[in-house]
Amino acid sequence: MKYTSKEKKTKSILSRNDRLNHSQDVITSADMLRTLIRKNSVRVVDVRKEDEYKKEHIKTAVSIPLAKVLDNDSPERIVQLLEQNGISDKIPVVVYDDTFGALAARVAWTFQYVGHSNTSLLETTFAKWKSYGFETEKKVNVFPHAEHSLRVNNEIFANYNEVEKAKGEQNKILIDSRERLNFLSEHIPGATNLPYTMLGTADSILREPQEIKRFMENRGISTNDEVITYCGSVGTLSGLAYYALRMGGVKKIRLYSRSFKEWKKLGKPIEEFKDANFWDLSAE
Amino acid sequence: MKREVLNYTDKKHYSLKSNSRWGKEEETEIFGQNVKLFRKGKMSEDDFRRFRLQHGAYGSRLQQNYSMIRIKIPSGDITPEQLEKIASMSEAFSIGSAHVSTRQNIQLHWVQLEDVSEVMRGLVEVGLTTREACGNTIRNVMCSHFAGVCPYEEFDSTPYAKAIARFFLRNPVCQNLPRKFKINFACCSNHGLVRIADIGLIPIKKDETNGFKIYLGGGLGAASFIGHQLEEFTPEDRVVSTCMAVVRLFDRLGNRENMARNRMRYLVNEMGWEKFQKLVIKERSSVEMTISLETLNRYKVDFEGTSIRQLSNGKKLPLINEKVDINSDPYKRWIHSNVVPQKQNGYFVVFVTLGAGDITSNQLRSLAKTIQNYSGEGCARNTPNQNFAVRFVKAMDLPEFYNDLAKIGLANPGALTMSSAVGCSGTTSCNLAITNSHRLAKEIQSKFIELGLDTEDDLRDSTIKISGCPNSCGQHEIATIGFYGGASRIEGTMTPTYTMMFGGRDGEEGMLGRTVMRVPAKRVISTIIKIIEIYRQERIADESLTKWIGKLINGEVNDKGEINNLDDIKRALMQTISLPNPNDDPESYMDYGNDIKFSAKTAKGECAA
Repeated sequence: MKYTSKEKKTKSILSRNDRLNHSQDVITSADMLRTLIRKNSVRVVDVRKEDEYKKEHIKTAVSIPLAKVLDNDSPERIVQLLEQNGISDKIPVVVYDDTFGALAARVAWTFQYVGHSNTSLLETTFAKWKSYGFETEKKVNVFPHAEHSLRVNNEIFANYNEVEKAKGEQNKILIDSRERLNFLSEHIPGATNLPYTMLGTADSILREPQEIKRFMENRGISTNDEVITYCGSVGTLSGLAYYALRMGGVKKIRLYSRSFKEWKKLGKPIEEFKDANFWDLSAE
Repeated sequence: MKREVLNYTDKKHYSLKSNSRWGKEEETEIFGQNVKLFRKGKMSEDDFRRFRLQHGAYGSRLQQNYSMIRIKIPSGDITPEQLEKIASMSEAFSIGSAHVSTRQNIQLHWVQLEDVSEVMRGLVEVGLTTREACGNTIRNVMCSHFAGVCPYEEFDSTPYAKAIARFFLRNPVCQNLPRKFKINFACCSNHGLVRIADIGLIPIKKDETNGFKIYLGGGLGAASFIGHQLEEFTPEDRVVSTCMAVVRLFDRLGNRENMARNRMRYLVNEMGWEKFQKLVIKERSSVEMTISLETLNRYKVDFEGTSIRQLSNGKKLPLINEKVDINSDPYKRWIHSNVVPQKQNGYFVVFVTLGAGDITSNQLRSLAKTIQNYSGEGCARNTPNQNFAVRFVKAMDLPEFYNDLAKIGLANPGALTMSSAVGCSGTTSCNLAITNSHRLAKEIQSKFIELGLDTEDDLRDSTIKISGCPNSCGQHEIATIGFYGGASRIEGTMTPTYTMMFGGRDGEEGMLGRTVMRVPAKRVISTIIKIIEIYRQERIADESLTKWIGKLINGEVNDKGEINNLDDIKRALMQTISLPNPNDDPESYMDYGNDIKFSAKTAKGECAA
């Protein structure tokens, strides 16, 4: 496929930023997205509920709600969704949500899993975008059908088998990204807790790369380790952790998208901690 | 000493100056490095534990990989900016709630050891420190939350409390004491914890000179003592040498062998007060003769930003005692039990009710804004009753203040009443705890508010305080009705129980409670309610519960009734505390917050490490 001139220019902006900032793989800044929208060389994906999208969304965005993705996340079906929304192999995709990036992360990961590698997360949420006074609109955007190839990237996916195999192996790290008290209650044996609450700030869904790197170093996670992330049920919180660690420089990282829900359902072993009433420390 | 006069509306200035620069960034770096060394086995467990405690991180209940981070709030004086930072630190690295302790610390629980340095880094940004919050050091220096606004005080002791805190923080003299050491400042003889501290100070004036009445050798624990008065009057220019002398004596003579008896109160008790007193006076002379100017200059009483408290004193205002009851308008009920007038005309102290000291990050953030909007001094104080006192609030702002709190679920009434039970962290996080004192305190609070006991003025000056073990972090020995956790075999079943104590009190007339009896955890609430019921039948005229309990302890015969001493009340409560057969009602034999059979699990405490 040939690049249009606009796409070429975008590519050069992105690669320049790549050199400037490691986080550009993962995160697109609000300023950058505005530029891309103006140049009409990006597909913005809104993963909130459809009626929220209909009320207002970022200019040029299409609606692919998380629920729709999870409903049937077979690779074929995901590629179909991409094609229906005019997303070709080459067009950069930027995904946003209105929580704290976790829903966007799960959808972005799914796109990359089926082969759309040029996918990133908007650094901010919809509410913030709006509060900055950036461009929004109400009209439902429809783009002509585009061709998208299917190249499943199994290197970023983990099933329970791989999680089981990771246990006790050197340089393989299992990350549980749920909140502290959930982790303390029960988790997959051998997992390390990196709560999603550590990953972002009030202004950005992910902290600066050097901060994430410091958190990793504190936990003894090296960029050469093989990491698997998981969370409670569908891989949203762990999706965010997946991108945070990628931003921190981890090269081999997989998402156990079926997460702890499947693990428990399969009757796999869990580690519990029942000797403290830590839940009673929470205020109401 | 010259007092700088500032425009009292200069809130920003105050909040910047009031509690800043306690923390040091390099200490956070060192902490992070030492965690790594420890994990790699390059630092011994003992060395690391000592270091960790010196920097304010405790091990958590049966889980050494997690820490409780104790943030010192010297004088309890805390700015909105600091509250916001604690909120973010709790959200990111802890459990999303923070916990106000009984010694004006704020604690973050279940922080992964690897993240402690990150939390410290954040705290340093807003001037806070955890240094010497644990370990064998001088712990957070407390000051009555009424200091500066108390109608009974002779002068504001806050600047002195902060000066002493700063003098001893990182001071080589107190880096390795035989045991922890506590200093408490009062505002007057009614308020404050001066008789249960190693050093307790009450501000008084003599011939127009500021000074203190100093009490030494008090403290609560497995064996508790009430402090002794050193001398009639200690002028302000001898405060630092007196404290220094006491710390030096303790450092030299304190018991370093027996960890269970190495607080200074044991030294005083074993040596005898008269002898100890003489030694202190002598040691003080030697300190005063030998102290270097450099050391002395570490002690600076800074009045900057306190000018709002120098406002002309109005006449003492009465309590807001318009009668309320359970059906009263919630706002009126709240005003009645959470707001008191200050000595400054037209200003009020507003108490924010928490459940056993717990507050969520979102609540902290909103509270920070409310403080900014309505406190004339632009900051708040955390109190030993595990809540926040917001001072210099104008009468006209009270309704809005209440509405702000109501929006975030913090408008519960009863902060200044018996319904706000104090509870240490208990089995929620502490290695030493036997019972879930924390949850019990919360259960009592919600039950009492439901019953409207916060509205009943005859209970108002009574307190309930609960510890999860005999070690008294919940300060149960100075409560009107106090409880400490234990385990008893009842009907052949291990059962969480509390030893109930009657008649303790704080202030200069501080007294330790007297042991009454053991009560199963699940019978504590019904027992307190039964006690109130008996009191209502037995009291004479409108005497308060506190007064009635005082008479019971002294065995003062009450012509009217049948309950005249502790034995009588024990008999009267036997039925209330009895449990059914464990097979019929297993829940009665479990602790709060558990659905499994009770077993008393503890690990070695780190207090004495």
